[in-house]
Amino acid sequence: MTLLYFAWVRQKIGKSEEILAPPAAIADVAGLVAHLKTMGAGYDADFADPAPLRVAVNKRHCGFDTPIAADDEVAFFPPVTGG
Amino acid sequence: MKTRIKIQTEDFDVGAELEALTQGTDAGAVCSFTGHVRKEGDLTALTLEHYPRMTEEEIQRLIGEASRRWPILAVTVLHRIGSLAPGARIVLVAVAASHRHVAFEACEFLIDFLKTHAPFWKEEIRDGERHWVSARHSDEEAASRWRK
Repeated sequence: MTLLYFAWVRQKIGKSEEILAPPAAIADVAGLVAHLKTMGAGYDADFADPAPLRVAVNKRHCGFDTPIAADDEVAFFPPVTGG
Repeated sequence: MKTRIKIQTEDFDVGAELEALTQGTDAGAVCSFTGHVRKEGDLTALTLEHYPRMTEEEIQRLIGEASRRWPILAVTVLHRIGSLAPGARIVLVAVAASHRHVAFEACEFLIDFLKTHAPFWKEEIRDGERHWVSARHSDEEAASRWRK
């Protein structure tokens, strides 16, 4: 699974991209967030309270109940501020 | 429908873009929106980052939705990334159609949804300090009007 981070999420975690082999028990984005919370300080800072986070799976905005699979691209970021 | 989507660091020429927009179409109306970096007292620069490929795909989806709602002839969406000074152009949304109401409405729809859906993030530098810009509730409200 490819994970991408943008804006302050990227800064707190300290990287923009990583490849993760998630445990097979993870079925959806919420399950992935629960797993990421256990991965260290930067992750804990971001994912302790996922309320301000947005997620895209395979480059589409989606909810935290979206199912995910091992070859998906999952991106976490704050609400967008372009335009 | 003629579509041009481009994410770029360099500035754009609005006149040339509008000229190119209607080339080869029977447009009777062109409406465009240009967004600039607001000049505010202590703001020295703005840095924009985006999610490459998703940005283009998301804007394409928004244009698809606009073209289902209105008979649009051509659309151009340009958005700059990187470091931008106060006053600099950030975004251009331009729509060509047969009649003005379609051009006005589709243009407003596209900029409203670009603001709430296209994956861009602004970081401001004020008095030497960097801050990520927060999303505005008023932008969400502007986009949600179109769902009614």
